[in-house]
Amino acid sequence: MSPDLAIEVSGLNKHFGALHAVRDVSIDVRRGQICGFLGPNGSGKTTTIRMLCGLMTPDSGQGTCLGFDILRQSAAIKREVGYMTQKFSFYEDLSIRENLRFVARMYGVPNPRRVVEQTLERLGLTGRQKQLAGTLSGGWKQRMALAACILHEPQLLLLDEPTAGVDPKARREFWDQIHLLAAEGLTVLVSTHYMDEAERCNVIAYLDMGRLLARGSVAEIIRGSGLTTWHVDAPDPGALAHALRQRPGVSMVAAFGNTLHVSGPDSAALDQALAPYRYEPQLRWHESVPTLEDAFIALMEKNRATGVVAA
Amino acid sequence: MNRSSFLKRFTAILAKEFVQMRRDRLTFAMMIGVPIMQLILFGYAINADPRKLPTAVVATDASPFSRSLLSALDHTGYFAIDPNPYTAAEAQALLARGKVQFVITIPSDFARSLERGERPALLIEADATDPGATGGALAAMVQVANTALAHDLTGPLARLNPGPPPFEVRVHRLYNPEGLTQYNIVPGLIGLILTMTMIMMTSLAMTRERERGTFENLLAMPVRPFEVMLGKIVPYIFVGAVQVTVILTVGHYLFGVPMVGSLLMLSGVLVIFIAANLTIGFTFSTIAKNQLQAMQMTFFFFLPSILLSGFMFPFRGMPGWAQTIGEIFPLTHFLRVVRGVMLKGASWAEIQPEVWPLLAFMGGAMVVAMLRYRRTLD
Repeated sequence: MSPDLAIEVSGLNKHFGALHAVRDVSIDVRRGQICGFLGPNGSGKTTTIRMLCGLMTPDSGQGTCLGFDILRQSAAIKREVGYMTQKFSFYEDLSIRENLRFVARMYGVPNPRRVVEQTLERLGLTGRQKQLAGTLSGGWKQRMALAACILHEPQLLLLDEPTAGVDPKARREFWDQIHLLAAEGLTVLVSTHYMDEAERCNVIAYLDMGRLLARGSVAEIIRGSGLTTWHVDAPDPGALAHALRQRPGVSMVAAFGNTLHVSGPDSAALDQALAPYRYEPQLRWHESVPTLEDAFIALMEKNRATGVVAA
Repeated sequence: MNRSSFLKRFTAILAKEFVQMRRDRLTFAMMIGVPIMQLILFGYAINADPRKLPTAVVATDASPFSRSLLSALDHTGYFAIDPNPYTAAEAQALLARGKVQFVITIPSDFARSLERGERPALLIEADATDPGATGGALAAMVQVANTALAHDLTGPLARLNPGPPPFEVRVHRLYNPEGLTQYNIVPGLIGLILTMTMIMMTSLAMTRERERGTFENLLAMPVRPFEVMLGKIVPYIFVGAVQVTVILTVGHYLFGVPMVGSLLMLSGVLVIFIAANLTIGFTFSTIAKNQLQAMQMTFFFFLPSILLSGFMFPFRGMPGWAQTIGEIFPLTHFLRVVRGVMLKGASWAEIQPEVWPLLAFMGGAMVVAMLRYRRTLD
């Protein structure tokens, strides 16, 4: 057990009946880091988060969260963790202030009145403190949920898709808050589907079908994917995309407006595949780096191709 | 986890429940409205000893005997005698259609047979589909037969007078001399209404948290199951106290139901009874998957409670096995206490055998609830 690791778990497994929801997942997160948790729907992100904070018991595996054993010391973990559920889970028939006050007292926060006051202020909720939570829009609900998660001054935040269904401005502000909190020493594990959010994390863990496929910084994951990517501007991107997809060595073709992103796992094979089109006058080619999204999709397809047999 | 943090969490849940209760106007109105509505229905509408039942008479004998008989029946208060004469066929039709409860047939030679000492038969046909409706009236008939003609049987007919029976029967109707149904119903209603509302409210307590998704959040907090249970149960003890106050006040001023025994002692038992119902409700809510299931379980418990507890039907009238089942329900024991204290002025020594089963029931339900309460989402 290393003291500078906030989360250190290995070999986590969880079954729901016949479904093997989480398979041999191991995660290390250093204190003060923001760790992005990515993966398609149903990949086991929520289940993993729930196992970390003692809401679910793993079938096998072990580890520590903030130095506490995840199997035996879940009560201690709960006191030091702020968990924001995927679905809004505060009382809709209570006001913002009443919800926060309830949470503060449940965690035994000393001087709850002042702490609630400060937290309302910090997240700009003071003006709406009397509003019933059920009448708030998505962005405000999320802001209130974050307030409720941080008011007992946890050491670790577990955020499960906190920005789903929230507008871009609110998302931006939310992430600014997350970075402020991390700067104060808080460790954050946040699951998301948004690539721009993933890029704001220090490290990323990518899950698919319960398996951890990759972890590291954005650059490391892109490098680790082994992809080579070319961008090409084409007058008729649809037809070109269709033609390129047939070529051996091309694993992905994605259109972004009039630009195609063409990727393949083997740089030489990709060169060969693209050779016939390289010098066509109306096409403008330039070599690029794959995006994080390209890397994830490649990882996922590789996993599905091999994983189905292994499962 | 020391005692002060236990108190903090318990009062936090308590405060939250009170606020939510206040916001849920409909439920709140129901908790006060139900007792008042039931009191009025049971108090004014329902009578276990019905009187003035419609009666048709088929009489071809117009003797003074017939007139005396009919007037004696009228005086019992059970029969509302239709003055129109009917033929036997018409009267049968009225009975079949449910227009009358009784048909009395006085044979044409009634007076003559009587005078000859032939003991003529007087026929009373009752619509006995509902035995409860006819019981009191038919019992009154026996008395009428013995005394109705006493004034007419004079002179040479005096020999037909049955004379006094060899012994005298004295009946003292204790605790409820006028046999008022309300005296029985109002104390019973306290138990009935508390059973219904208390179990229903708490059986929804945890299932509502689960359905609204707030349960996950509650689980993520450092709170112990016992604290959650206590915080969810205690607010409803207050609600129960308000309901009891309403019933007792209305019962006293509207129906004059007495409070012979100690109100303080009754209050003590009430707290235990309310807590027992709340605990079983909470237990249901740890088992039910959603609010609908919780409601179904409430009714599954509620129905045998009213039927087998002695609220609706006399407890001693049931066969042994049914009485044994009835003994399980808190309502059975509470009814004995509340009727005992309010009507008979029962002492602690007299009611305490009913208090232990209430406590045992509550303890059992609490253990089940704690075993069933899940600390994780597995």
